[in-house]
Amino acid sequence: MKVMPTFFEKKQLVTPGELLAEGDYMAGENTYLEEKKVYAARVGLADVDNKKVNVVALRAFYIPKMGDIVIGTITEVGFNGWSVDIKAPYTALLRASDVLSRPFKPQNDELSQVLNAGDLIVAKIASYDRAHDPQLTVGEPGLGKITRGQLMRVTPTKIPRVIGRKGSMISMIKQETSCQIILGLNGVILVTGKTPEDEELAMTAIRKIEEESHTSGLTDRITQLLKEEKTKREENKVE
Amino acid sequence: MNEKPEKLIDKKGIRLDGRKADELRPVKLEVGVLANADGSAYIEHGKNKILAGVFGPREMHPKHLSLPDRMVIRCRYHMAPFSVQERKSPAPSRREVELSKVIRESLEPSVFLELYPRTGIDVFIEVLQADGGTRCASITAASLAIADAGIPMRDLVVACAAGKIDDTVVLDLFDAEDKLGAADVPLAIMPNLNAVTLLQMDGILTPEEFETAVNMATEGCKKIYALQKEALKTKYMITKEEAEEE
Amino acid sequence: MSSLVTRVRFKQIEQMIEKGKRLDGRGLADYREIKVEQGLIERAEGSARVLLGKTEVLVGIKVETGTPFPDTPNEGVQTVNAELVPLASASFEPGPPDENSIELARIVDRGIRESKAIDTGKLCIEPGKKVFVVFVDVYVLNHDGNLIDASAIAAVSALMNTKMPNYEIEDGEVKIKTGYTPLPMKNHPITVTIGKIGSNLIVDPWLEEEQVMDSRISMAINDDGNICAMQKGGSGYFTPQQVLEASKLVQEKAAELRKKLGW
Repeated sequence: MKVMPTFFEKKQLVTPGELLAEGDYMAGENTYLEEKKVYAARVGLADVDNKKVNVVALRAFYIPKMGDIVIGTITEVGFNGWSVDIKAPYTALLRASDVLSRPFKPQNDELSQVLNAGDLIVAKIASYDRAHDPQLTVGEPGLGKITRGQLMRVTPTKIPRVIGRKGSMISMIKQETSCQIILGLNGVILVTGKTPEDEELAMTAIRKIEEESHTSGLTDRITQLLKEEKTKREENKVE
Repeated sequence: MNEKPEKLIDKKGIRLDGRKADELRPVKLEVGVLANADGSAYIEHGKNKILAGVFGPREMHPKHLSLPDRMVIRCRYHMAPFSVQERKSPAPSRREVELSKVIRESLEPSVFLELYPRTGIDVFIEVLQADGGTRCASITAASLAIADAGIPMRDLVVACAAGKIDDTVVLDLFDAEDKLGAADVPLAIMPNLNAVTLLQMDGILTPEEFETAVNMATEGCKKIYALQKEALKTKYMITKEEAEEE
Repeated sequence: MSSLVTRVRFKQIEQMIEKGKRLDGRGLADYREIKVEQGLIERAEGSARVLLGKTEVLVGIKVETGTPFPDTPNEGVQTVNAELVPLASASFEPGPPDENSIELARIVDRGIRESKAIDTGKLCIEPGKKVFVVFVDVYVLNHDGNLIDASAIAAVSALMNTKMPNYEIEDGEVKIKTGYTPLPMKNHPITVTIGKIGSNLIVDPWLEEEQVMDSRISMAINDDGNICAMQKGGSGYFTPQQVLEASKLVQEKAAELRKKLGW
């Protein structure tokens, strides 16, 4: 049987509608199949993995998935819960019963005392499907209201790169900057450090990762960047 | 004020702006020009200067406008008061309302609407300067803005018009040709899927002339499509090249 | 998507400002980088685009003929309109001008009108019957704070770029001839907006600061250094001392901007 070709080079930048492959291929991420032809659906880098054609999107938005850790902002206090902006097409909901450690009494409990509009939270997606808005939970250790730190946003598709293989990248950044870093899979990142300079340093490293995410040797370059910046700071302090 | 020119295309086949019958006006495209929009693009097509901004997918307000099984596209085509010869009131005219609809309908087939039910995307088109063919240029820019917003699409939509001036079928009419010519046929297409998503006509053409016009417009579209892809790749390519140089 | 400033960020902005600094590195009395471009819309009689940080405003000027107001039969007419187009911000909705765009238009109008920037006396074609009408259309293209200053500077810059067609009266009808004359202008007002966060005054508030500040005050200064228009906005207040302090600050910044713009 003749093997049909793919029409792109590895990691080539493709645009929506570009024909990627014809014949015995499957449509992977950010692609679609039409009459035995695989086309790109988003701007990104095309790749093929065992007959599956994928496009790593360079620009995409977050779609909730059960179990994801996300960082969001309370936008509204409702009757039995809060509306949360998780930078996704859908507003998320956090039920009062999830936050209060005892049964919820609408007449007695003042929800805005617990969480008010403008508050930041780290939460987990408890449920989501096509017909319903995502529901959040903060009932696990490490989740809940955020009171300090700086927020930054990256395209959600780049978060895995910030994590690195087996968490190597993010551990290294945390170590070098002495910062606590929470990575929301919705592309929102919270950096909490001892000083604003430490926080800035971590944020610079993450921004660089976002820009160069598709290159190799990134972990080494970021490590070097951080070491260089810290040395510079030490020198400035001494003066 | 201006005297009506005797001929729109002379014996040598040269038009009032120096072009030949099948020549496109110069097109310039830029992606990602608006900081607040989720996706954006700017087009200069001849003297047309048009900005397109996209917000979404996001929840719709009022909620009852959304659909349970798919995304809704809302489109607003709007001309700045200073975009035309005689100042235009900023209030939407009937023409703008119609164009908003046909432009939306030209973009809808390109987006995977079923992927994000109960949401909407807003496409805002602002014509800063107009010189004939604004609906086509608007579609070209709006489609890029949608891609820039990271919304999954089947293909980019590109548009171009053809028409008839004096007795010649020509490509890409500018304002004077549109106003004084015999016919104008704007056309939008998804080139890789060979799908025409906008087609209108005003004026009079024989069936043969119409076929010529459609073929001419389609060819014009393909040329602009190449520029669309370039514009998208340029925006995302720079960082890739910089990184590889290290 | 909400552009709500989070509680954490609110505090950060307040705290930094108490220390005399702003989140983008500016001092309390510093303007963002400002860029002015003229003449980009050839169809308009005049145009200018201002980039103030990331705030972007385009102004187009159209000059047409019309009838004068009965109380000023020998003077041309000036009219300012502002559009907060939806692509400039997720918080702008399509529709007729709301109170924000109307206030913006009227503030810009007042600065130009009170300083007599346009020499309306020279815009009369036929006394009592026909005059030139100057339409100033402010188009906000990206909102990143301080639309007032960006719009006011763009408007005056666009007026300075405006050329009116030459004309002659033939049998009571206005006939357009070839050639153009620059729009007659007598003044070039500069508007400076000061915001108040806590008890601190900040120049050129940017978008997030606008959500933290409790009020603002804008003043237009003419070529002679005199105040020709003023507007306090927001639901907070200024003490009389703060008003005078702001006034001094405005004088300083207006002079700086005037030098930078070369007006």
